Amino acid sequence: MADYHAPVRDILFTLDTISDVSSITELPAFADVDAEMIEPLVTEAARFYEEVIAPTNVIGDLEGAKFEDGTVTMPKAFEGAWAKLRDAGWSSVAGSAAFGGGGFPKVVGQAMSEMMASSNMAFSLCNMLTDSAIALLERHGTDELRDIYLENLITGEWTGTMVLTEPEAGSDVGALKTKAEPVGDGTYLLSGSKIFITWGDHDLADNVIHLVLARAPGGPPGTRGISLFLVPKFLVDDDGKPAERNGVETVSIEHKLGIHASPTCVLSFNEATGYLIGEEHRGMNYMFTMMNHSRLGVGLEGLGIAERAYQGAAAYAKERIQGRTPDAAESDTIIGHADVRRMLLTMKAYTEAMRGLLYDATAAEDRMHAETDEAKRAAAEARLALLTPIAKAWATDRGVDVASLGVQVHGGMGFIEETGAAQHYRDIRITPIYEGTNGIQAIDLVMRKLPLDNGAVIEGYLDEIDATAKELSGKSTELDDISVALSRATASARQATAILLMAEDPQLRLAGATSYLDGLGTVAGGYYLARQAAAAHDASPADEWLQAKITTARFYAANLLPDARGKFEAAVAGPDLLYAVADEYIG
Amino acid sequence: MNIAVCVKQIPDPATPYKLDPETHLVVRPDDQVLDDTDRYGIEIGLQLAEATDGSVTVVSMSPSGTLQGIRQALAMGADAAVLIDDPTLKGSDALVTARVLSAAISRGDYDLVVAGTESTDGYSGVMPQMMSELLALPCLSFATHVETTDAGLRIKRQTPSGYDEVEAALPALLTVTAGVVEPRYPTFKGIMQAKSKPIETLTAADLGVDTAVTQCVQSVEPIAARAAGEIVEDDGEGYRRIIELLETVKVI
Repeated sequence: MADYHAPVRDILFTLDTISDVSSITELPAFADVDAEMIEPLVTEAARFYEEVIAPTNVIGDLEGAKFEDGTVTMPKAFEGAWAKLRDAGWSSVAGSAAFGGGGFPKVVGQAMSEMMASSNMAFSLCNMLTDSAIALLERHGTDELRDIYLENLITGEWTGTMVLTEPEAGSDVGALKTKAEPVGDGTYLLSGSKIFITWGDHDLADNVIHLVLARAPGGPPGTRGISLFLVPKFLVDDDGKPAERNGVETVSIEHKLGIHASPTCVLSFNEATGYLIGEEHRGMNYMFTMMNHSRLGVGLEGLGIAERAYQGAAAYAKERIQGRTPDAAESDTIIGHADVRRMLLTMKAYTEAMRGLLYDATAAEDRMHAETDEAKRAAAEARLALLTPIAKAWATDRGVDVASLGVQVHGGMGFIEETGAAQHYRDIRITPIYEGTNGIQAIDLVMRKLPLDNGAVIEGYLDEIDATAKELSGKSTELDDISVALSRATASARQATAILLMAEDPQLRLAGATSYLDGLGTVAGGYYLARQAAAAHDASPADEWLQAKITTARFYAANLLPDARGKFEAAVAGPDLLYAVADEYIG
Repeated sequence: MNIAVCVKQIPDPATPYKLDPETHLVVRPDDQVLDDTDRYGIEIGLQLAEATDGSVTVVSMSPSGTLQGIRQALAMGADAAVLIDDPTLKGSDALVTARVLSAAISRGDYDLVVAGTESTDGYSGVMPQMMSELLALPCLSFATHVETTDAGLRIKRQTPSGYDEVEAALPALLTVTAGVVEPRYPTFKGIMQAKSKPIETLTAADLGVDTAVTQCVQSVEPIAARAAGEIVEDDGEGYRRIIELLETVKVI
């Protein structure tokens, strides 16, 4: 089984060439941040994740989270690893300095989160949800709630959850029924059943802080009548310590295809004390802060598993001797075979492209808060809004593809659990589903994000891609190839975008949504690799690692980018054929 | 307990080492890292210092470069560093290194000097013993376990067949094997704090040390390529050949 080697150089290169992190740390909001520390921090954190967290991945899968007598127990190896992670502080790098965090930009924290996801995705979910709870409390919590909960969440003493789903309220959150009755002293009593609560209960931290959607009296039906509450597993006493058990009970945990070490809980709220976040009936607005944050977090899982699956496949391909290449006299390692190389390069190119997309989206999140100019803040917010559904859905769909290729490279051994390739494939399969299915992401993209600013946001993004294609043109024959492929793909994107934007029938957009998102993600991936190729070209022609960046971008442009045009054609095919077959002939 | 821990910045062992063809010395890049075996010395130093409200100073002789290796030591929790960086020390043998480090350590007031058993790039394995002679300190070497006593330290010294129990009063010199303790990982905060910890840089002249080497590498030969092995077809009597071979190499 291959070890995990954090791709430190590619992470730093992406932070530099795509996130332009030095322009973020120069902003006044990050005046206390020392940008020179980013490299040593990522380097040292990498060693920690490789040596402490990555070895828990298989153990977690085999042992899994266990439920007995109303309590969830985590695999033994997690306890020590969690304590070391908390003490090392790697999850707090981007936390607010006022509450014990490092105050670094979120995109620097994302580097740590990526390595955590690669090391152990099931484990990383605990951090990812806690991060999201932190983002929500930082933005919408009262001073009192922040004082009590924020520092403990940032330092990892306590962990956070998102509690939305109910049996009859999944993608349609507005259908939820959990009730919140005001007590009169400002607190509420929550009652109802919630399902699919990731890390909803466990024995690693002293308290679990649930952020729960529920209905307070007097609100309209649907999503406009939903409020958001903070409900701790243990009520916190006057000294800020967990004390009396709150009325939240763990009913069971789910048996799943993958992420066995992530306890997916059924929670029952029985007059549990909750504290209102913000105003009544505005809960969905606040929850979107958390959901958007988590959507990028899930996209990052797509990247994290893709990276590890790629490393495992590459290592196996370099060892496994089988078959002869056309000119060889003897059998050789399978990495020499053209079709195996095709798979490995596809894995590499998609993985690096995903990294570009995610590190651009999170840089936009930083700029949205930190830019000093109002117009720049607004532009960053719009960019993040556009990129979030693409980053979530495209990175997870391609992540599943990469993990599947990882199994394929291993041949029959890929289907055998001991190589680890199968676990990656099982683990990653949830990512296109949770945190808003990829279908929901596609609907979000075509219905809400394309119309932003009358189409100017998507237009501006495509203009940027064209500008990069122009910049590459004439620099070298290699970059010319990338430039031409990128221009063609962008032209198709423009056509499909225009048709979907002008469509009067929403069914046309809805029917084409997923194909459109796929196409746009593919173009975006090519765009980020092209920018990196340009940077590599300008930097140092002698550096082999940089040369490989250029070659990877060329491979993507020649082999993967052409897929985008087919997707855009499908995106405008319309809904007619979907409904031309009667229901009785489906199934 | 105030403790000096000898550490070394070495080229990253994950990268292939290169020898300068003229001097036969290892080519040292700017971004040298902390020798992994030194993490054990630092950890034992930190544990002893923490238990006694003492301090840990790392002492090193190497080109400063980016100071990455020294900062890694400080990030683990050491309080300060003394670095002897002097181009005239290039090519120093074990004895010169021992003289330099001993002179630097003599300037401070330390109860204990800690070192690894040997460095990962040089492997002379004798430098700490030379230091104990120069500093006139008892040498507690090859410790696999360390505990404090009223007067000093008691260790388990690794031997080919087991261990000896050895005690010494402080001040003393201690060398630790890998595995004596589990070295801690530098924390995020530790790394941030390491930036502002004091690093004193000295030259050989500051210490007044005789830097004349007594050993140098005259020539370097690449390892001979391995000769092809012998294939013995087993016709039922193959074991005889195996016994013969084992007897030739004096294993049996």
